[in-house]
Amino acid sequence: MNMKITTSAVAGTLESSDVYVKVEPCDKLEIEIESVVYNQFAEEIKKSIMEVVEELGVDSGKISINDKGAIDCVIKARVETAIKRAGGEN
Amino acid sequence: MSKLVASIKEAIEQCGLKDGMTISFHHHMRNGDYVLNMVLDQIAKMGFKNLTVNASSIFDVHEPIIEHIKNGVVTGIECNYMGAKVGKAISEGIMDKPVVFRSHGGRASDMEKGTSVIDIAFIAAPTSDDMGNCTGKVGKSACGSIGYAFADAMNAKKVVVITDNLVEYPLVDFSIPEVYVDCVVAVDQIGDPAGIVSGTTKITRDPVGLKMASYAAKVIEASGLLKDGFSFQTGAGGATLATAKYVKEMMLEKGIQGSYGMGGITGYMVDMLQEGCFKALLDVQCFDLKAVESIRTNPKHMEVSATQYAGVSGKSAGVDNLDVVLLGATQVDLDFNVNVHTDSNGYIMGGSGGHCDTAAGAKLAIIIAPLTRARLPLVVDRCLCISTPGKTVDVVVTQRGIAVNTAGGKNQELKQKLIDAKLPVVEIADLKRMGEELAGVPKPIKMGDKVVAKVIYRDGTLLDEIHSVK
Repeated sequence: MNMKITTSAVAGTLESSDVYVKVEPCDKLEIEIESVVYNQFAEEIKKSIMEVVEELGVDSGKISINDKGAIDCVIKARVETAIKRAGGEN
Repeated sequence: MSKLVASIKEAIEQCGLKDGMTISFHHHMRNGDYVLNMVLDQIAKMGFKNLTVNASSIFDVHEPIIEHIKNGVVTGIECNYMGAKVGKAISEGIMDKPVVFRSHGGRASDMEKGTSVIDIAFIAAPTSDDMGNCTGKVGKSACGSIGYAFADAMNAKKVVVITDNLVEYPLVDFSIPEVYVDCVVAVDQIGDPAGIVSGTTKITRDPVGLKMASYAAKVIEASGLLKDGFSFQTGAGGATLATAKYVKEMMLEKGIQGSYGMGGITGYMVDMLQEGCFKALLDVQCFDLKAVESIRTNPKHMEVSATQYAGVSGKSAGVDNLDVVLLGATQVDLDFNVNVHTDSNGYIMGGSGGHCDTAAGAKLAIIIAPLTRARLPLVVDRCLCISTPGKTVDVVVTQRGIAVNTAGGKNQELKQKLIDAKLPVVEIADLKRMGEELAGVPKPIKMGDKVVAKVIYRDGTLLDEIHSVK
């Protein structure tokens, strides 16, 4: 699958243990992470986002996440939903 | 004769404030308090420096104290609890001298033992007469009990009562008597009623909270302590209130007549009193309007001082006869030590309050907390700060399992009773593992070198130190 980000979209909430994901069109791939557990889980969060990005074949777009302590499966689900809402297949 | 003076400035002058002195405040106005800021602003205006503020608690409303620290007006803070706003500044190292944290019982007892000396106490009083007989039970800023202020009134060298409801002498049903008071100041407003007490404190509807509460109630039932004469303390947190509700239902169903409920008192404890679950409430602080109304009108709802509540300087205290206390935690470690001072990044955002006092006194001290909170596991190898020593903690209840502290061979019988009651009893290390399986293993936090706070145990000994955040 090869997703292209064609519009802006969001997924998730700012509730504790959830994550709010915003996806926008952009020339290159940009990832912005804000997290209440950045000190403890920065690597895990990046890895979760990248896994989804690679799986969906996204090579450009700006993905911003505001994480309130979501576990990896939640981060992956929210990122996937936001990307699918923002994109169309190539 | 009258002790009424025209202004806070005049009171400060009359009491002879000097650079380097220690002044004290109590926190029954909670996050609606105007008095601490009002007095510090005046002191700053008068040019005093190098003061130590001993406040039973520092709330977010007291954020202006940060400026006074930067300007050298305040160079020391001693308190039992510190909210996140001032806590963050302290954790970032804005003050040279470490904050001194005590417990509610320890603060009062250290004053009585003379190890904590107060030069001038400022007492926020919702009603006072012009000789200083005062109370929190009535007035537009009524807060109910003013139990934490008794030690200040009785031990400070000078005592100033600040009120927004001055009444004719003698005030009927005073809490603090005139014998301790040097002067009285009337001001427009001592606090914002909306911040002093919450309208209602609500039981959690969160399924995780209800699961924890149901386990905690079953632990209490299985312990065998829930019988006639039962005494109980619980906080105002959603899950602890839900536990109280389950306990109440069991008491009513089985016709159990308890002895007393204690602590910061909520409407739920008032309900339990009214429905006959307890013979009396011992109240050091009211959390909501229903508790304020009850302490004003029901003689069985009694105001107690911090010393009678939780101190070690009296010949006995309420905590000494407590059967069960329910307490929260931000972290618990493998030795059952509990942190309620810092968040998981090491920033100060709380304090013992009566946590370590009640844990030490109660026959059964139950910690109730979710297995993980915003991805951070509750159970860690070592707490960032020891607020309550593990040896005083008996049980940790989470939604996924219950750990009993059997160190040194204690609580073996309790553990068996919980297993017999088919409760999910696990080891504390299992709770750590389950949390980490769910959330991942957090990278350890590296704290800075500077000591920003010292935690003094209720007996006056040093329990732990809190370091700056890098």
